[in-house]
Amino acid sequence: MDQTKTIISRRKFIKSSSGVALFIGVSGMLPQLISCRDPKQIEKQLARHPLTAWVKLSEDDLITIYNPAAEMGQGSMTSLPLLFAEEMDADWSKVKVEFSPQESEVYGSPGWAPGSKLMFTVGSRTTNSYYQVMRKAGAQARYVLMSSAAKHWEVPISEITTYKSFIVHKKTDQKISYGDLVPFLEMPETLPDFTEEQLKNPTEFQLVGKDIPRTEIPAKVDGSALFAIDIRLPGMVYGVLERGNLHGSKPTLTNESEILAMEGVLKIIPLDYAIGIVAKTLEQALNAKKSLKINWSQSKASGHNSQEVYATYEKIASQKQSGKVIIEKGDFPKAIKTAAKTYKVDFKNDYVYHAQMEPLNAVVQVAEDGGSAEVWVGSQQGPDTKLGVPKILDIAPENVSVHLQYLGGGFGRRSMNDFVEECAVLAKEMAPLPVKLIWTREDDITYGAFRPLSLQRLIASTDPNGSVTGFSHSVIGDGGNLVASAVANDHYDIPNQFAEWREASNGIRLKHWRAVGHGPNKFAIECMLDEIASDQGLDPLELRRKLMAKAPRALATLEKVAEISNWNTPSVNGRAKGMAFVEHGSLGTGVCEISVDRSTGNIKVHHFWVALDSGVVVQPDNVKAQMEGGIIMGMSSVLKEQITIVDGKVQQSNFHDYNLLRMQDIPESIETAILESTEIPEGVGETATPMVACAIANAFLKLTGKPLRHLPFSPDRVLQALNT
Amino acid sequence: MATYQLDINNSKFKVEVTEGTSLLWVLREHLGLTGTKYSCGIGQCGSCMVHIDNQPMRACLLQVDNFAEGQKIKTIEGLSKNGDHPVQKAWIEAQAPQCGYCQSGQIMQAVALLDANPNPTTEEIKTHMNGILCRCGTYLRIIKAIELAAASQSKIEN
Repeated sequence: MDQTKTIISRRKFIKSSSGVALFIGVSGMLPQLISCRDPKQIEKQLARHPLTAWVKLSEDDLITIYNPAAEMGQGSMTSLPLLFAEEMDADWSKVKVEFSPQESEVYGSPGWAPGSKLMFTVGSRTTNSYYQVMRKAGAQARYVLMSSAAKHWEVPISEITTYKSFIVHKKTDQKISYGDLVPFLEMPETLPDFTEEQLKNPTEFQLVGKDIPRTEIPAKVDGSALFAIDIRLPGMVYGVLERGNLHGSKPTLTNESEILAMEGVLKIIPLDYAIGIVAKTLEQALNAKKSLKINWSQSKASGHNSQEVYATYEKIASQKQSGKVIIEKGDFPKAIKTAAKTYKVDFKNDYVYHAQMEPLNAVVQVAEDGGSAEVWVGSQQGPDTKLGVPKILDIAPENVSVHLQYLGGGFGRRSMNDFVEECAVLAKEMAPLPVKLIWTREDDITYGAFRPLSLQRLIASTDPNGSVTGFSHSVIGDGGNLVASAVANDHYDIPNQFAEWREASNGIRLKHWRAVGHGPNKFAIECMLDEIASDQGLDPLELRRKLMAKAPRALATLEKVAEISNWNTPSVNGRAKGMAFVEHGSLGTGVCEISVDRSTGNIKVHHFWVALDSGVVVQPDNVKAQMEGGIIMGMSSVLKEQITIVDGKVQQSNFHDYNLLRMQDIPESIETAILESTEIPEGVGETATPMVACAIANAFLKLTGKPLRHLPFSPDRVLQALNT
Repeated sequence: MATYQLDINNSKFKVEVTEGTSLLWVLREHLGLTGTKYSCGIGQCGSCMVHIDNQPMRACLLQVDNFAEGQKIKTIEGLSKNGDHPVQKAWIEAQAPQCGYCQSGQIMQAVALLDANPNPTTEEIKTHMNGILCRCGTYLRIIKAIELAAASQSKIEN
């Protein structure tokens, strides 16, 4: 990497500050203290070492902690700095949080490949992957403070203690605040590496595990929180793209001169799959977009009909030839041959759309000489923290500065940075003018990247006692892991298991959608268990108890949710309860209570209960918020949401025909019980959502004796199920 | 292009835009009042809720031409000086927002509810708030926040 250029961007980052930035060196470097008032010194230090600043101290006791993860409502702006402050013994009331620069080699958490680093807010991995990184850095910061105080007072460091931003030496009755110590800060000769054993034991935590309000919420109630769509720059122009509703289709514009003559239109920029327009104002750009006359080519998706394709998927499921084998445990064919009873059930899942409230957008400004660029974006980041921009502009990554903003929802959609790349294409043409690219809601839906349509064929065997002896799970659909993840049943003691993926590709854009394969696959697995239990006259709780006998942590969530939901007390007439277990990092079992309007086919969810084991809980109230939000988003997708495709064309275009759950449809209560644990924290953002489909279907089965096997459970499908 | 004078948050703003431009684009892109959000543009989600003469209205559906005759426009930025309107305080107490994008609209709609009905029942809250979408699923906390705000206001009045 070009070291000089990196220095410039990092220097910018700390130039505005006063006080002292405490840099913790990477790869065994000694940490460095740099006075933020001396830019020359900063430059010299940065030229020598690859450094990372996690914290900035100032004389007025203010502590700024840098958050390396995206904030999309999941609370990273609080949870990660809290971990740092915990080990630093910082007074939380004096802490301010800012986003760190987007430099994964510096601020990344351990990536998927050994030794790699990643800034990627996906898979509910943030707290888990930064748990040790942030605590270790906080402990090192504390050590620097302690060793400086020891030197200043000329006492042994072993006699020094810290408490709420104060250093204390009891023997001599001396006390100094972290801020007052700033002028005396010195780097120690050596800095302990701080292994897990040298960090605080979870039982000693003062901040972690307490209900501490989220740091960014005040800005989200007065309109001051900045999302990328809110960025305004001098001279900024506006870009929009018409991408059509047939994925993969190529456009031919037939009225170019007419569009160019429209008020405010500055440029037409054709892309392979879209026609771009840049105009002086947003309304002018949108107006021109409406007037585009485009001929669209056929594409791979042409001829694809989402509601008819299941017949093809069933044929694929019935083919003798296996697909890509994912799990092979024991001898499933033998289990079937020797079974007392076998079950074979197909489950289906329509396409669903992310529907993050902030439509995709970005602002990019390319320098006049084309040699550098700035990007303002709400992104879940990625293996390339510069989000594909350097390649488009043909410049070095270090010459691209990314200013991360709050995300108006991510849910997986903002871990694909197609919208950033588009904006870079437009900005390159318009340099040096900054370009704000906005996707309309119509763009966001019709050119969406959906959770794949899929079919799950499950086959199970039981022995004469009703124990599940074999379990086979075939996933038919497009997108590999997007459909085939979460087919493992690690917490169920089933001796013979088989799982495979059979590809069926339709040319539709696909993407991770909150919980990814867990949604469709847990729906299939957990419903299959209840169908077996129902057939064998077993209580679903008893069946799972038996299956979880060797998985005590999972079993504890089952027992807890049975307790808080009063599982053994029958529901009032017309209602029933259903349960589902999900592991997604954290382990959770959910129970819901529903009723059904048999004339309209509407399912009403009255209550939801969740028992969760997610290891150490950094912010209990925030974990509850994630359960509430996850369940409501799950309910929305299960009861309301459906993307349909006719001859390759997406049929929905806005919230009038892509319905989301509204306030009148929510449960009266969602109750979460968090199990105590000192294990490493696991993600909680995607554990609740996949519970919903199966818990509702299982409650429906109990209430009506009929299975629901096709998502979403729209009123017409519910009526159809009731009438069969 | 035409010039309009608008009364927003008790200040006068002059703006030159194409006739028929939506009030939402005027507020956000021309005047920098970006607390009011764009999400659907067709009156389905309520992220752009503002008050016109104290009535909640969706800015995306309004043309600037019709609101330049002294109507009092209020946006989230004008709700309080320091973000301490009782509804905003209740929103923080309930830790209602997640991503936060829809929350300006939710808050403007809730303020209008409590102005008209200081002690709404849960059902009244749901009916009144039903038009404002939240993808993160914060509805239960929004209800809690409105109930907290109602309780704190009635405490002040007593």
